[in-house]
Amino acid sequence: MTTLLTNARLIDPEGLTEIPGSLLIENGVIAGVGDVTAPKGATVIDCGGKCLAPGIVDLGVKIGEPGERHKESFRSAGLAAAAGGVTTIIARPDTNPAIDNPETLEFVTRRAAEACPVRIRHMAALTKGREGREMTEIGFLLDAGAIAFTDCDHVVTDTKVLSRALTYAKSLNALVMGHPQEPILSAGAATTSGKFASLRGLPGVSPMAERIGFDREMGMVEMTGAKYHFDQITTARALPPLERAKANGFDVTAGTSIHHLTLNEFDVGDYRTFFKVKPPLRPEDDRIAVVEAVASGLIDIISSMHTPQDEESKRLPFEDAASGAVALETFLPAAMRLYHAGQLTLPQLFRAMALNPAQRLGLPQGRLATGAPADLVLFDPDAPFVLDRFKLNSKSKNTPFDGQRMEGKVLGTWVDGKRVFPGEA
Amino acid sequence: MTFRARHLLGIEHLAPEEIRAVLDLAETYVELNQRTVKHSDALEGMTQINMFFENSTRTQASFELAGKRLGADVMNMSVAHSSVKKGETLIDTALTLNAMHPDLLVVRHPASGAVDLLAQKVNCAVLNAGDGRHEHPTQALLDALTIRRAKGRIQRLTVAICGDIAHSRVARSNLILLGKMENRIRLIGPPTLMPSGVQDLGCEVYEDMREGLKDCDVVMMLRLQKERMDGGFIPSEREYYHRYGLDAEKLAMAKDDAIVMHPGPMNRGVEIDGELADDINRSVIQDQVEMGVAVRMACMDLLARNLRAERGARAVGVMV
Repeated sequence: MTTLLTNARLIDPEGLTEIPGSLLIENGVIAGVGDVTAPKGATVIDCGGKCLAPGIVDLGVKIGEPGERHKESFRSAGLAAAAGGVTTIIARPDTNPAIDNPETLEFVTRRAAEACPVRIRHMAALTKGREGREMTEIGFLLDAGAIAFTDCDHVVTDTKVLSRALTYAKSLNALVMGHPQEPILSAGAATTSGKFASLRGLPGVSPMAERIGFDREMGMVEMTGAKYHFDQITTARALPPLERAKANGFDVTAGTSIHHLTLNEFDVGDYRTFFKVKPPLRPEDDRIAVVEAVASGLIDIISSMHTPQDEESKRLPFEDAASGAVALETFLPAAMRLYHAGQLTLPQLFRAMALNPAQRLGLPQGRLATGAPADLVLFDPDAPFVLDRFKLNSKSKNTPFDGQRMEGKVLGTWVDGKRVFPGEA
Repeated sequence: MTFRARHLLGIEHLAPEEIRAVLDLAETYVELNQRTVKHSDALEGMTQINMFFENSTRTQASFELAGKRLGADVMNMSVAHSSVKKGETLIDTALTLNAMHPDLLVVRHPASGAVDLLAQKVNCAVLNAGDGRHEHPTQALLDALTIRRAKGRIQRLTVAICGDIAHSRVARSNLILLGKMENRIRLIGPPTLMPSGVQDLGCEVYEDMREGLKDCDVVMMLRLQKERMDGGFIPSEREYYHRYGLDAEKLAMAKDDAIVMHPGPMNRGVEIDGELADDINRSVIQDQVEMGVAVRMACMDLLARNLRAERGARAVGVMV
């Protein structure tokens, strides 16, 4: 099966370039990029000058299987991913029960293979039940295909447990992902403390809680030499220590979420619970600082932090409502806001959304180069639309972008050289 | 008619003319309430439900009396003890009540924003009787009426709000109302009970009470809730009284004719000296209670007028 995509604007996150050209797919692999012509018998697709980039590798997607399939299944998440240009889902283990043993991991791996049209890899919990008391069977879980280890938004507060888990993970060269947050200081918080939280009468947490969490975990990394990724850095105050950690040569990377890059605390307005995420949305100064850190490469990875919640979990007073937002399908158009604002170029965006996460996880994806897997997204960065949450593929419709004007439409998604979006009519 | 609101959810949504409209109408009800026959038919035939998700004796009594004096059929529901315990959500409780066609729904809830959420789901007028740490609009309005009657005006005054600002919806609503009416506002309290970023809201913040009270026209004390007293927020009750309790000596820093207010219920000897609270020359605390009924009558009367106008307009097919 040979396909030639011609007349495309090629977004190369490695060379940080965007040039017009063609791309040849042969047997699921990119066989040529740039000035290539169609071999005999190839299917030729004219991209109409639109952007062709490596498919998004989304680190930290919550899927409701097992336990909350009414919120999201592998099928619905996969369809949402395909429609959003996400070609590899890295799923979170904060399910019910948690993915903390090889049997559960095998179950989700099998379910995903049956139902999900895009690639999917699973992370496993770092401690049993994500309770922070005993480490999981890291070795067995690696053998069963775990790609990284994380307790998600649960912070392992017992430093003895954490140091042992990190030391053990390090010996197996496993990547550990943590949530930088001081859990006692941030307990009960629904917003970032400050003028907005005070006016709304909502319990807030100082942005310092992220920095304190960061410093603590960084101390553990320094002690154990573990390979570590901070899931979401969302405040200006955590950036200088991140810069120092990287300059000192520790094996650390950092991510942030698309919501923290494109929304701020004031978007909550009159207690709109679809804007309740974890950590809470930040003041505008923090948002700008984090956007700049993505541009400079200090923050490596942008994730959707896709977190499906049903209507009942959100139709509650703000403090009581569940956190999280669905984002697989809105990830790319939200990212286009940063592009249209002139804050990030398309290659910079795809470096953070595809290349860096793939490389951090040791995956061959994320590159627009000969020999790389043909996982691709074709999109029009300028196409405008008004988002209707009920048209999303996700089972849960909790998006903060409902009713908003957005730009950026996915025109086609390929996984392993096969077109997965749009599906056959 | 200058009062256009459909609901009374907070002072934040009111324009200064609307605040004045409430106070002016309330004056007429103050007068009515002093007669032997305290009856009006402003809410004749209407149904008022008081839904209190949090215990309250004073506010609930005040709303109940206000409704009854206006001729409404008033029902009290203490939701804290009923269906919420059975797992029914706030929305379901609201929808159930809505199906009984109330005209006025008075709601108190422990979560900030809960009353806003409820107002979106019902088609009657909703009055916020206090939501979490967010707003308590009728308290701010009754405070404004008390001040206006004592001082002859409700602008260009220096008002000190003292105590647990962080957890107080009374402080927030007053801060907004007094700001809208162009007063100088000082917040006095220990830093642990001061909300963050509050200095950006157009008020002066003081940790030293004597300094903060200097030349004030009005001193508003707040209730220190039992659960904040020990441990977390302040070292002890007695240290708090020493530094932030209002007594004659501290009050001497304020203007000679400064009035003392408290939303009640008071902790005598914690935030306020008992004798001072009873001093009829300085304390207007009992007046506040009296104004409370009048202001609540005015608010419900105005909301009922808007509700009637809206329903009348709908009946004849006019866009509202």
